Amino acid sequence: MRFVAALLAAFAMSAPAAAQAPLAAEGCYGCHGPGGTGAGGIPALAGRDAAELRAAMIAFRANERPGTIMGRVARGYTEAEIAAVADHFARLPR
Amino acid sequence: MTPRLSRRAVLAGAALLAAPSAVRAQSQARLLVIGGGFGGASAAGFARRRFPWLDVTLVEPKARFVTCPYGNLVIGGTKTLDAITHGYDGLRARGVRVVHDWAAGIDAAARRVRLQGGETLGYDRLILSPGIALRWGALEGYDEAAAEVMPHAWVPGDGAQTLLLRRQLEAMPDGGVVGMAIPANPFRCPPGPYERISMIAGYLKRHKPRSKILAFDAKDAFSKQGLFQDGWNALYPGLIEWVPANRDGRITRVDARDRVLESEFGEKHRVAVANVIPPQSAARIAIDAGLADASGWVPVNPVTFESRAAPGIHVVGDANIPGPMPKSGYIANSTAKQAVASAAASLRGEAPPSALYYNTCYSHVGDDYGISIVGIFRPNAEGTAIVEVPGSGGVSPRGNLPEQRRLEATYADAWYDSITRDMFG
Repeated sequence: MRFVAALLAAFAMSAPAAAQAPLAAEGCYGCHGPGGTGAGGIPALAGRDAAELRAAMIAFRANERPGTIMGRVARGYTEAEIAAVADHFARLPR
Repeated sequence: MTPRLSRRAVLAGAALLAAPSAVRAQSQARLLVIGGGFGGASAAGFARRRFPWLDVTLVEPKARFVTCPYGNLVIGGTKTLDAITHGYDGLRARGVRVVHDWAAGIDAAARRVRLQGGETLGYDRLILSPGIALRWGALEGYDEAAAEVMPHAWVPGDGAQTLLLRRQLEAMPDGGVVGMAIPANPFRCPPGPYERISMIAGYLKRHKPRSKILAFDAKDAFSKQGLFQDGWNALYPGLIEWVPANRDGRITRVDARDRVLESEFGEKHRVAVANVIPPQSAARIAIDAGLADASGWVPVNPVTFESRAAPGIHVVGDANIPGPMPKSGYIANSTAKQAVASAAASLRGEAPPSALYYNTCYSHVGDDYGISIVGIFRPNAEGTAIVEVPGSGGVSPRGNLPEQRRLEATYADAWYDSITRDMFG
């Protein structure tokens, strides 16, 4: 039953939207580690609360959160992409 | 049920319901990747991770890959070659068939690639990431023999060029002049020559303080220029002289026997060590296959990165014409993933995913002193060109910001660790 429900959920999303979220998240892997598990002094994203991640990106975008490069990065993403990426990392194991 | 299992089940189930015949085609779909660098290794690993139904083969002549990024730190003496050398066992463990051979030619019509060792590989989709060729002879006197005396250290190969330049700097007496010839745009890694100047300056400051660098440039401006020059003034005062094209900086001829760099207007500069970064083009296989235009680079579709001349061949990495994007490792990684996702979509009869390309290039200027440029790009609404997202990206702020510089140097190291794990892990 659970499989069928998941299948229906997959059909409910448009194909490009379903494909888009993980591709946008790939942009984070190059610094935050494959799967967003962190690297060196760069924090992990995997397993973090989606609302917290979304709020951080929105604040970076508005220059309301200090950072080195994240403001410059965040202003390249749409709000929908930010939400999708935050959900993506929230679902990944820490 | 783990998230990984359920995602796979959904994909398999969705495909089964949607088109049973497509499932049979998918199970045999062959993705062939030529080139095991930032574009190709990223493509092969991503393909197995995201589209496990793809049969992925990677063709790369070298058993070990030396990265261009961080090569300047080997030249400056703060990294070893071993620290920037990677193998392909991680990709094999992901299910990629790795063939160490030289791709000798592409038959685009028959969808076949001929290998020098005699094997012929068929494909349904080809990811071509062959890198660059140095245009021998474009600077008069600069050929492969001259490069053994005046290293380019721009295509690392097995690292011999990188180590040759390093050894020459070590052997140079204090007071010797290091000359550099830097090409016009476009070329691989736009900030690379200036990070190299910085790393060599760091070595000279520590070990040969009477020496200096004379950097001759075929351009009047360069990537992160203000930030680099701020760093040079702060860390290496009097040690670096950068000569732009409008001050006769364009080198047009070299003499390897006497280590002379000769300018457009006939000025001859004899130096103790010469690093010549020559003009470049797409690698030969792309040109032989008829994919490049008169510029020597490969025009591509901004969404799928398919060659304009041969659909079905996705050309990623430094060989293509990337619009406003730089020829960087991160762009190669980013566009490789979009190309693979587009190839997979095409094999399933779907439209390509909407594209988003990202680049962060860090440069080291000194110990604990890093700077960066960020770019986020998308195809325009018509899908005819790539544009930078307005308001995004840009370079690090200027000014006396030691904590920002320190953090960016740390993050540069983390970037290298992350992206090489993404490629080879």
